[in-house]
Amino acid sequence: MSHEPILSVERLSMRFGGLTAIDDLSLDVPAGKITAVIGPNGAGKTTFFNCLTGFYKPTVGSVRLNHPQRGTLRLETLASYQVARTAQVVRTFQNIRLFPRMTVLENLIVAQHNRLQAASAFSIAGLLGLPSYCQAEARAMDKAVGWLKRLNLIDKADNAAGDLPYGTQRRIEIARALCVDPILLCLDEPAAGLNPRESAELNDLLMHLANDEGISILLIEHDMSVVMRVSDHICVLNYGRKIAEGSPLEIRNDRNVIKAYLGEEDADEELHAEVGP
Amino acid sequence: MSALVSAAGAPTPAERFRDAVGVALVALLLGVPMIGLTTVDQGGALRVATRWPTLLAFVATAFFGRLVLRFVFDRLKKRRTALERASGAAGAGSHSASKSHGKILVLVGWLALGIALALPVVYADNRYVVDTATTVLIYVMLGWGLNVVVGLAGLLDLGYVAFYAVGAYSYALLSTQFGWGFWQALPVAGAITASFGLILGWPTLRLRGDYLAIVTLGFGEIIRVILVNWTAFSGGPNGIASIPRPSFFGLPFKPPGDTPTFASFFGLEYSPAQRIVFLYYLILALALLTNLFVTRLRRLPVGRAWEAMREDEIACKAMGMNVTNVKLSAFALGAMLGGFAGVFFAARQGFISPESFTFNESAIILAIVVLGGMGSQLGVVLASLVLVLLPELGRDFAEYRMLLFGTAMILIMIWKPAGILSQREPTLRYAAPGGGA
Repeated sequence: MSHEPILSVERLSMRFGGLTAIDDLSLDVPAGKITAVIGPNGAGKTTFFNCLTGFYKPTVGSVRLNHPQRGTLRLETLASYQVARTAQVVRTFQNIRLFPRMTVLENLIVAQHNRLQAASAFSIAGLLGLPSYCQAEARAMDKAVGWLKRLNLIDKADNAAGDLPYGTQRRIEIARALCVDPILLCLDEPAAGLNPRESAELNDLLMHLANDEGISILLIEHDMSVVMRVSDHICVLNYGRKIAEGSPLEIRNDRNVIKAYLGEEDADEELHAEVGP
Repeated sequence: MSALVSAAGAPTPAERFRDAVGVALVALLLGVPMIGLTTVDQGGALRVATRWPTLLAFVATAFFGRLVLRFVFDRLKKRRTALERASGAAGAGSHSASKSHGKILVLVGWLALGIALALPVVYADNRYVVDTATTVLIYVMLGWGLNVVVGLAGLLDLGYVAFYAVGAYSYALLSTQFGWGFWQALPVAGAITASFGLILGWPTLRLRGDYLAIVTLGFGEIIRVILVNWTAFSGGPNGIASIPRPSFFGLPFKPPGDTPTFASFFGLEYSPAQRIVFLYYLILALALLTNLFVTRLRRLPVGRAWEAMREDEIACKAMGMNVTNVKLSAFALGAMLGGFAGVFFAARQGFISPESFTFNESAIILAIVVLGGMGSQLGVVLASLVLVLLPELGRDFAEYRMLLFGTAMILIMIWKPAGILSQREPTLRYAAPGGGA
């Protein structure tokens, strides 16, 4: 089980008219580990995420998810909401997408919509306030509060999500994604806009999720201090192609990667300096 | 130095003067063709005449008016910044302030309910007041229905009157053709309008914002045009007449006759006002039920899903929410509530024709929701009062009535751009330990 990858992408291509955003990409994402996808701006990282999570239909190729209970699922055939609901692959967005006028707590409750909606029995049980629904709501509340406490957000629970600082919003988005019960969590630049302390906290959180909660994580990130510390496995994209894959150490010394980021010279030190979008 | 001062907020007299001169120049430019030159009929031929004194007065008014306006605005702005600074110093009190704000609103709500309940008792002999109040309540109910679609789900619907029409015609046809009573027809008409909501919702699933607005606008017109032209079905422009009035649990409101009537059953003297008051309480009950229903729904997963969809549809999908179902449920429920209002309208009027269901009605209902503050239930009540009562009160002003109406709407939009009550009440709270409750 643990040797089998949770996600295998095979020969994935995505073309927009004449533009090839992803070109013949194959990648295995190991289960229970943190895998980072890095690459210069415009390398196709976010497009790759959109293909995984059903927001784009890939032109060619397959994305197979090995779901522990539901067997193999072909993600490229599912609609975006089914990817989250059935396959339990949940993503966050590069430009945070919270429900800004709703409170933080409501954001996390909305993330548990499917279970609650089923419990509310077409809203009839909910309208009547039947105990079955009330229990489901209490459970949803417990889960939301649990994650809020874990991510140090509990004192912000009743604030409108859109009014909070950027770094906090990033954490809320992760907390909200966790409320969907993901088996694979896809984070699109979670450290963008975080200060060094927040970024260190994010490192701890990601490692905790992968090691203790058993959630596999796929990560797009520019902040090398995050990538190099937390990743078990790194895949480097450039112009839609995979140019390297391996452990952080291997990637750090890979000539192709250095060239893609900086041209020929003097790569190592500047690779560290590469931050932000 | 002067730049520094003006950066701090207060413009110098010279700046004010320059600003006013600019406005006066624009007035002059516009005024020359519109006011300065005019055509006069002289012996069958048109001749251009000039009206320089009038133009001069116009430009002078613009100049001085601008000076005064700027002065007033600057004073207001200064006061507001001072207030903000003061409240900023008060600091963390804002959270509890919003809570007490909510308490006041609840109080206002109960007060409004009390007034609504007492109104026909106080004005029992004044048919005009009760009738107008009934009209207000119809709009309140329509506003609450549309609030589901526009305020909560964020789907801009410019053809809401179509559902109102479908509800009204459903009852009119069921009662005149098949002899159904009001209470039998009500749920059926609701189901029919809900399915019309689905008919509108299905093809427009992928549309948002302006595009959705245009399609819904078209839908509203399609329904009206069908009603006008399909004479065999709907009576065409002549409408449907002698629609039976609702009865009080089977007791009709009639002058005493062979069968028991409301008046004879309760041993009262017959008066036509009884029906008017009954109709008033009927729509009040329907509206309150609607309010209860929508307020409950808002706190349920569907309601939160509607609001989440309004906030960010893509994020909803990423959370595993089937946005199609969420949208269709909003359309169907909103339509159903509009249909109920339509049934009541037909039963109250006793006569309906396509003329009652023009785009104008859609616009007024939408204005009620937007002016009230999107998603606010109490805001809809206040906005309905303003929008129905203003034209009524303005009857004395005859042709200036609509001007008054428009001015009031513009003023509300200037002072309260997000609607009269724009504050959103969370659907659930995390009661912090020690923070009470």
